[in-house]
Amino acid sequence: MENPLLSVRNLTLDIPVGGGTLHAVRGIDFDLIRGETLCIVGESGSGKSLTSLALMGLLGKSIRRSADRMDFDGTDILTAKPRAMRALRGDRMAMIFQEPMTSLNPAYTIGDQLTEALLLHKSVSREAARDRAVELLEKVGITAARSRLGQYPHQLSGGLRQRVMIAMALMCEPELIIADEPTTALDVTIQAQILRLLYDLGREMNMAMILITHDLGVVARVADKVAVMYAGELVETGPATDVFNTPSHPYTRGLLRCIPQPGKTERGSTLGTIPGIVPSLIGDVQGCAFRTRCPFAQAACKADIPRREEGTHMFRCIHPDGKRHAEEEITA
Amino acid sequence: MSNASASAVLELRGVTKTYHVKQGLFGTARPLTAVNDVSLSLPRGEVLGLVGESGCGKSTLAKILLGLEAPTAGQVLVDGEEIGAQDRMTLARRIQPIFQDPYSSLNPRKSIFDIVSLPLRVHGIGDRAHWEKEVRTILDIVGLPARVMNTFPSQMSGGQRQRVAIARALIMKPEIVICDEPTSALDVSVQSQILNLLGDLRREFGLTYLFISHDLAVVEHLATRVAVMYLGRIVEEAGVAGLFDEAAHPYTQALLKSVLTPEPGLGVPDTQLGMAYPNPIDPPSGCHFHPRCPMATDLCKTTAPRPVETPGGRVECHLHDPQSPMHNPKAA
Repeated sequence: MENPLLSVRNLTLDIPVGGGTLHAVRGIDFDLIRGETLCIVGESGSGKSLTSLALMGLLGKSIRRSADRMDFDGTDILTAKPRAMRALRGDRMAMIFQEPMTSLNPAYTIGDQLTEALLLHKSVSREAARDRAVELLEKVGITAARSRLGQYPHQLSGGLRQRVMIAMALMCEPELIIADEPTTALDVTIQAQILRLLYDLGREMNMAMILITHDLGVVARVADKVAVMYAGELVETGPATDVFNTPSHPYTRGLLRCIPQPGKTERGSTLGTIPGIVPSLIGDVQGCAFRTRCPFAQAACKADIPRREEGTHMFRCIHPDGKRHAEEEITA
Repeated sequence: MSNASASAVLELRGVTKTYHVKQGLFGTARPLTAVNDVSLSLPRGEVLGLVGESGCGKSTLAKILLGLEAPTAGQVLVDGEEIGAQDRMTLARRIQPIFQDPYSSLNPRKSIFDIVSLPLRVHGIGDRAHWEKEVRTILDIVGLPARVMNTFPSQMSGGQRQRVAIARALIMKPEIVICDEPTSALDVSVQSQILNLLGDLRREFGLTYLFISHDLAVVEHLATRVAVMYLGRIVEEAGVAGLFDEAAHPYTQALLKSVLTPEPGLGVPDTQLGMAYPNPIDPPSGCHFHPRCPMATDLCKTTAPRPVETPGGRVECHLHDPQSPMHNPKAA
């Protein structure tokens, strides 16, 4: 087995708040090899965006980060000095943010923002950097690329800005790309194009990618590996085919029932719901965080939850099959 | 269609809205046709899904229906009566909106009671005791406990806020509700609750919805008829089964192709749409869709297709026009 490019064990993020500590991310593990795409799926507040910021070393000062291991190709991210992290960021690991409207600087031209990382990390001339920028803008499907370099973000549409963000992340040919909801603000047609582009570029450059999203359709189509996040924990992880074909954690199955699936869900029928709300993560959090909303919850769910592993497919539940079979019988 | 228009609660006849847009500080104003000769009829109790990319004119059409914008040409009829002739108060009793973002569509300084009862107060219906009774009833209907009356929007979750927005829209017992992307700001588990609620309310109160969304799976689930909009024109309209199972227009087919269903292994589809949505201020000649259409010929570049009746609705495409030299419905 190839050495992972990124290896994370027991990543924990705590945020001190007025009444105690908010345990936003509670001990997550994953590995990623080159050329592989990991999708982290979860609802708002599940901690998926914080996880990506923690990997990039971009967390606010008040957030406490700890882990047993956070290794990026031999570099320990956990103990790396800010200077070393700056050398990694934008060069070997890059991020595509969710909001193309707010993550571009309105006061600088597209060209300035695109070439910044390259000029900082590589010894290239301004001319060479601009040529590279044009090359990448063309690659992400922007027409009249050279004339765009002099434009400001407000002169571009949302779809174009998102493409500029992607081109910017690719400038130094990073080994790892973290994309936080890169297509959420876009039309379905543009979404398909941008995902296809990311997917093709990832294959072409052998990049590893972490894609953070709440859209299960996107996950199914793009992911090699899936991690389902609920209340700061990865409740189910595994190859995309396993997670979608045999969703084992009751939360994963709940999510899949909530979305209308063309061709499967009867039009106009009542959709599945997940009753209740996400529990507060302030103070001591014990047992399974999903137990307050789970139809199969028992007293034992308050205690430690075992990891169930079937090959590389893992989920955390007191029920050996996550009550998958019981549910199949009810619906059959 | 002709017998449907007899009982149509909402009818649009050749509605056009043209804005005059200045380009640059000293530029001359140029016309931008946001809504171009739209005719639709919506029978009572039906849900018309309106789909299309950003900038196609969906929201302008919603504003015209709400009486917030006056059409440049054409008529909007509610129960056969033109809305231009009715004053805004009367119109507001019959047509109410639910907007996309429950974070910005509720006044943060007003309590839930104030927000939900405002329509009653504006219309001078009843006294405080009556308002309280009505608010209590409507909150119960949308699934909120009466105790939220004295809370403020900031104390509620996104799903609860959207329920408040629905309660406010329904308290006047309107006939038509314009839902402009009502679930796109919500998590999937909350989205399914709101969609179920909208479906239940429609059956219970015989409501008619115009449901605007870019999520085609959601539209397929909730709508009974669907209209596809492109650069201000309705390019195809049909019953939900007809549209989703046998889409006629190449644009509709491309839209449907771009839907990402949660089925692993299928990859990201290639919509073959090309990259750019055209600038509405410079619409392409002939059929507006021809630069992105894989089936386009020289005829499409010069001649706009006329609307043609189909078994379930209407389509604007040369391939479906029996009088066109391009007629070949099988090719599409």
